[in-house]
Amino acid sequence: MATGHLKTVLLAAALSVGVATAGLAQVVYHRGNTTEPETLDQHLTSTIYESIILRDLYEGLVVHGPKAEVTPGVAESWTVSDDGLVYTFTLREDATWSNGDPVKADDFVFSYRRILDPATGAKYADILYPIAGAEPVNKGEAPVEELGVRAVDERTLEITLGSATPYFMELLTHQTSLPVHPPSVGEHGMAFTRPGNMISNGAYTLVEWVPNAHIKAVKNESFHDADNVAIDEVYYYPTEDRSAALRRFMAGELHSNNDAPTEQMDFIRAELGDQLRIAPYLGTYYYAVNTEKAPFDDVRVRQALSMAIDREFLADEIWAGAMVPGYSFIPPGIGNYGEPAMADYADLPMFDREEEAIALLAEAGFGPDNPLQVEIRFNTSENHQKTATAIADMWKPLGVQTTFFNTDLKTHYAHLRDRGDIDIARAGWIGDYSDPQNFLFMVESDNLGFNYARYANPEYDALMDEAAVTTDLEERAQILLEAEKIFMRDLPFIPLMYYGSINLVSPELQGWEDNIQNVHATRWLSLGN
Amino acid sequence: MLRYVLRRLLGALPTLLVIVTVAFFLIRVAPGGPFNLERPLPPQIMENLLAYYQLDQPLWRQYFNYIGGLLTGDLGPSYVYRDFTVDQLLRQGLPVSIQLGGTALLLAIGVGTALGTFAALRQNRAGDVGVMTVAMVGITIPNFVMAPVLTLIFAIWLGWLPAGGWGEGALINKLLPVFTLALPQIAVIARLTRGSMIEVLRADHVRTARANGLPPRVVTLRALRGALLPVVSYLGPAAAALLTGSVVIETIFGIPGIGRYFVQGALNRDYTLVMGTVVTIALFIVVFNLLVDLLYAVLDPKVRYD
Repeated sequence: MATGHLKTVLLAAALSVGVATAGLAQVVYHRGNTTEPETLDQHLTSTIYESIILRDLYEGLVVHGPKAEVTPGVAESWTVSDDGLVYTFTLREDATWSNGDPVKADDFVFSYRRILDPATGAKYADILYPIAGAEPVNKGEAPVEELGVRAVDERTLEITLGSATPYFMELLTHQTSLPVHPPSVGEHGMAFTRPGNMISNGAYTLVEWVPNAHIKAVKNESFHDADNVAIDEVYYYPTEDRSAALRRFMAGELHSNNDAPTEQMDFIRAELGDQLRIAPYLGTYYYAVNTEKAPFDDVRVRQALSMAIDREFLADEIWAGAMVPGYSFIPPGIGNYGEPAMADYADLPMFDREEEAIALLAEAGFGPDNPLQVEIRFNTSENHQKTATAIADMWKPLGVQTTFFNTDLKTHYAHLRDRGDIDIARAGWIGDYSDPQNFLFMVESDNLGFNYARYANPEYDALMDEAAVTTDLEERAQILLEAEKIFMRDLPFIPLMYYGSINLVSPELQGWEDNIQNVHATRWLSLGN
Repeated sequence: MLRYVLRRLLGALPTLLVIVTVAFFLIRVAPGGPFNLERPLPPQIMENLLAYYQLDQPLWRQYFNYIGGLLTGDLGPSYVYRDFTVDQLLRQGLPVSIQLGGTALLLAIGVGTALGTFAALRQNRAGDVGVMTVAMVGITIPNFVMAPVLTLIFAIWLGWLPAGGWGEGALINKLLPVFTLALPQIAVIARLTRGSMIEVLRADHVRTARANGLPPRVVTLRALRGALLPVVSYLGPAAAALLTGSVVIETIFGIPGIGRYFVQGALNRDYTLVMGTVVTIALFIVVFNLLVDLLYAVLDPKVRYD
């Protein structure tokens, strides 16, 4: 009786699903997106997962192409003045909002003023600080009208920078640079991000947002490149539980998911083969060392600790190949740079490195009779725990005695930011844009927020200042390389691994190009067998 | 009766106030705040944000502002889900949690009491042992194990049911989560029912009824009425917990209920969202405890509230 009922239910459900798919010829993409967006307001946004949705909904002056290359978006062309300060953009004629309004230069002026207005409370406003006047405006010291963004006419936008910023075009691909539709912000206020209120200018428009269930977007027919957009509807799911996401992917309910349970890598590789995509990513997993505190203020101690870490073991065994061994702070493949400054012991066998590390520690006064005591702080997570344990084990032959201290993520980062007492603390950095400056600036002596190592080296700061005013990209890359060499010599942060981006991609999903920024706008994808 | 209900509800107000106050200050004690991110915010931007949400004011003023808002039904904005107010988030999630939890609860009561009675009537025989073994398994296997195993079988291997998603509340999407949620409850209720049923079946009035030749079915039903008292007192808090969502089930099956908000809110230091869920859960507990007391009067003629 009970089973009979169940069968009826299943049959009915199966029939209704069958009818639904047969009736619609729509191409629907089910996209696992790891976590619920905190906001769909491009001026309040701060997470990667928001950027994935926002870049489908809106189009900036420039966009990321299928391989994350800077590609014309609303701007069809642009010129840069010789001093690198003034960017003049010509907007395309056929750029329209989803309600048919043309996208005007004024819309961008409005948008940049809005994000930098302190009253907006934008978390990532500082991404746009290179624009002239941006910082004083955001600090409430100058009116928004003083921002260096000007509409010359309806289709010409002029942006003036405070100082030359070679990565400025890359910055403009960030989701904070996406325009808002001024009339709908005026009309709805904060609620302009709701389905029904939102007017967007990208390949898709928002139609549904059920928190913790899904966000649904449909193809924007008035998008200028709509003819080349193959997917009609996208569902973004906050697939917080990675194992559950994997099961949904295996059950065919998701076409892609931008994470996978690293603890099940072997199983995934065996079951899914090349549907698992791991690619180098723009991020570094590192340990920050307190350079103000003895004995960690001794560079020999920092070098010895770094040398003895078997990064291949961490990346391959602990992270099951989801990470890449890292011997430089800047990940390889970054824009505006060449080969990063690698640690010189990268190619030495572990045995020799261990010997050298023991010698260095002995020089610094540590050995079997006087063991070095280290506390590793990390935010609670199984893999961080395993990593720390493995590293403690690698340090054992040096006579280092390691203790652990773990707290939840908020506590961990609040402690680091407030310059609480640390020996060594885990952290990770994913670049906001593809430029070495976005990594090296972290340990400038005046960077209070990120310089967990409290590193202060005038020589380093001077190189960074010099790079900031150098417009010739080759020359600038050389200066930054010098800076990174100093970084690797002094080791305020011990780089451990480069992040890998992990994606599950169904063979049905076409056009997914692995790239270092891990951006895959839906407009470049298609579904087929 | 009505006076009793009113008195109880009024009496709950100070309790709620204490809960809200303790929760308000407790969450503030936790280090870090809603805007401490992995990528630290520049001091100026942090200031802008704190000012925006009036978090730069002294704590006591924030407390009175919150209580003031609460009295007018305003639960405040979410600091993390910035496009929504806490009220909107709860309004959207609570019906889903209630649907899910309510279905699981009804299933648990129905199946649990039936199994418990069945076992009690066959005390120490094969049927009893079988049911109690299954119940033991239901209690000991946590739902974060049960859920993945069931999805593996029914969604991936057999392909009969979806592995996740709410599907606007479609029945097919509910089967696995409801069953997983109900399973441990079925087990507890079955054990409770069995225990008290065995006791009641030995009671004098039941023996008398039997001796008077009443049909066994009638005797069983009479006995069950008395035997349900412990089950009912268990159900009060259990119902409140089920209806206000389950973090594990919601996360694993991707269901948009409010269970996740409690945990996410706490981890994100989303103060208002945590407070909102605390108030909701506290209200449910108060109401369900009251309902239990009222049900007592229905089941047990000795209990009177006048």
